Amino acid sequence: MSSNATSRKPEPQTAQDSIVEVRDVHYSIGGRPIFSGLNLQIQRGRITAIMGPSGTGKTTLLRLMTGQIRPDSGQVLFDGIDVSNLSTRDLYALRRRMGMLFQNGALLTDEDVFENVAFPLREHTDLPEALIRNIVLTKLQSVGLRGAARLMPAELSGGMARRVALARAMATDPEVLIYDEPFTGLDPISMGMIVRLVRQMNYALGITSIVVSHDVEELSILADSSYIIAGGKVAASGSFVELKDHDSEIVHQFINGLADGPVAFHYPAPDYYEDLLAG
Amino acid sequence: MRPTRTVEFSTGLFVLLGFAALFFLVTQITNRELATNGKSYGVVALFENIGSLKPGAAVSMAGVTVGRVETISYDQQQYKAVVHMRINSQFDKIPKDSDASIMTSGLLGGQYIGITPGGDEQYLKQGDRIEFVQDAFVLENLINQLASTFLRRDQGSADSGNQGGNQEKAPAQEPKK
Amino acid sequence: MHFLRELWDNVREFVTTVGSVALFFGRVLAQLPRAFLRPSLVVEQVHNTGALSLVIIMTCGLFVGMVLGLTGYDLLQRFGSEEALGTAGALAVVKELGPVVTALLFAGRAGTALASEIGLMRATDQLTAMEMMAVDPMRRVIAPRFAGGIIAMPLLTVIFIAIGIFGVQLVGVQQFKVDAASFWSQMRSSVGLDDIMEGVIKGCVFGVACSLIAVYEGYNATPTAEGVGRATTRTVVISAVLTLILDYILTAIML
Repeated sequence: MSSNATSRKPEPQTAQDSIVEVRDVHYSIGGRPIFSGLNLQIQRGRITAIMGPSGTGKTTLLRLMTGQIRPDSGQVLFDGIDVSNLSTRDLYALRRRMGMLFQNGALLTDEDVFENVAFPLREHTDLPEALIRNIVLTKLQSVGLRGAARLMPAELSGGMARRVALARAMATDPEVLIYDEPFTGLDPISMGMIVRLVRQMNYALGITSIVVSHDVEELSILADSSYIIAGGKVAASGSFVELKDHDSEIVHQFINGLADGPVAFHYPAPDYYEDLLAG
Repeated sequence: MRPTRTVEFSTGLFVLLGFAALFFLVTQITNRELATNGKSYGVVALFENIGSLKPGAAVSMAGVTVGRVETISYDQQQYKAVVHMRINSQFDKIPKDSDASIMTSGLLGGQYIGITPGGDEQYLKQGDRIEFVQDAFVLENLINQLASTFLRRDQGSADSGNQGGNQEKAPAQEPKK
Repeated sequence: MHFLRELWDNVREFVTTVGSVALFFGRVLAQLPRAFLRPSLVVEQVHNTGALSLVIIMTCGLFVGMVLGLTGYDLLQRFGSEEALGTAGALAVVKELGPVVTALLFAGRAGTALASEIGLMRATDQLTAMEMMAVDPMRRVIAPRFAGGIIAMPLLTVIFIAIGIFGVQLVGVQQFKVDAASFWSQMRSSVGLDDIMEGVIKGCVFGVACSLIAVYEGYNATPTAEGVGRATTRTVVISAVLTLILDYILTAIML
């Protein structure tokens, strides 16, 4: 079964080559539907943004893409391979082709920066120590933190931790990098660094990047194409210019950061006048 | 990745300490053979009742432990308990006609064998049997004895007259042994 | 009626949890051999759970022994059997107090450390990050910690027992002037290898139970600050209760 899956030819694509595809995925947690008929294509070699209001399930989508959870129906394909049907071993083999950057870095707290970046190398390869050292230092250099190799995660600022996490995600040279809210909670300078790194990594190394975020401003500079997810489906997709002029109300509210619209300002409540009078 | 030298050292220390404690417990706390320097000779004694004597109980003379009870078994031919003891070799001057009795140490203490020396010029050797024994003190027997003694006495006095309520009731005391 | 429904829900919840723990146990056991292939990880964990608990174990062992000496002497003295202090003290420590108190202390010190450490890794996505890097956290994080715990507990138990008996001796012989020779000889004649084996076996069983609970609670903690705190509390409580229940069962079996 497993050899079948890995040697099967990728499905025929549209004009651009999609490395990750989400086809008509339905997923619910405890009866509450998160996705009802989600369709996405992530183009190879490009930076794709995935945005949406809070709670639309962006992180859930990432979990579906990386095989951590299975859709109720529909398919998630990575390079033509159905992620949800893999055995643990094949799934792990597939995950080595992806790198993921978590919201808070998720560095191992009891190891120093060097060991953190070396971690995937030590676990998956038999490379000699000298070679590991070179790779680690190179990755750290590319994120500008080679001098911080011996610091502990607790001594790093948020931005630095995220850069180390990026170096770690890059350690095994994955084909796809997934960023989960990489800009959240950073000061403008650190944010600028991350933006630059995301772009550099993508184009210099020829990889694909998926950025999940709701930082409209940053993404407008960064992303080649974007998806806005709302109401369990794709509400809009395309380049930023297209999105800015989209007719959908929710897209309009999201892109322009409007306080009220399809996502209401007021939480559902009884009539104001009556409420005041009752007390 | 590798634990530091200190970590490894203290872990090693910990493990060694654990084994040292185990070693201490096993050797110092349990009834491993004889306490002193190994060499001993075996004698046997037959009892009608050994009470709660257990293997490993002490064999003492004048209150000093000179040996241990090794095994206890039952002889179906003679209907007696067979107690094998090992006496420390340094105590080789125990007369052949000595007395082996089963005693109790304190109220809660276990039972042990006390050897009272006789006057024989010949001494116990490996394989000898101690002829003179005194069984364990069994409370029920004593009470029976006492009861039958008083019964006889009552009957005697009832025959010779009408003494009525003049019955000596000796309080049932356990003799301190 | 409502009460019955709640009761049924609680029972069902309890049974589910037991099943979940059992399955988790199976997964940990499956990863255990591979964990031992990385001895450096296991050694580190034996250090964390065992060596670092030494001070508290030895201190408490000494005081438990000393209290036992005091109480035991007072009790036995009323029957004129003070020399039985060695026996009484040793048997109490070896068979009951040693394993049980060590287990409770272990749960409090090492168990909470394990639970909170793993819980924190869960809360900061470290475990998920590992899974994403195709490293099985069971093999890399959980199994070594569990192995460390089950190695450390019997050792700690034995150390506690030894020091406890020393404590009894300290009070009985040095303080109350019980005859040293009879103290030790009575002990020797009453305590057998099988008693010590009992104590060690209990130590091993409690070690498995407490280590399992600790890593389970940590692994399944809600990934928030309160979640980790709750997991730590539950570890101690459940470990204590389970230890005492197992103690009864084991004592009944081995008697």
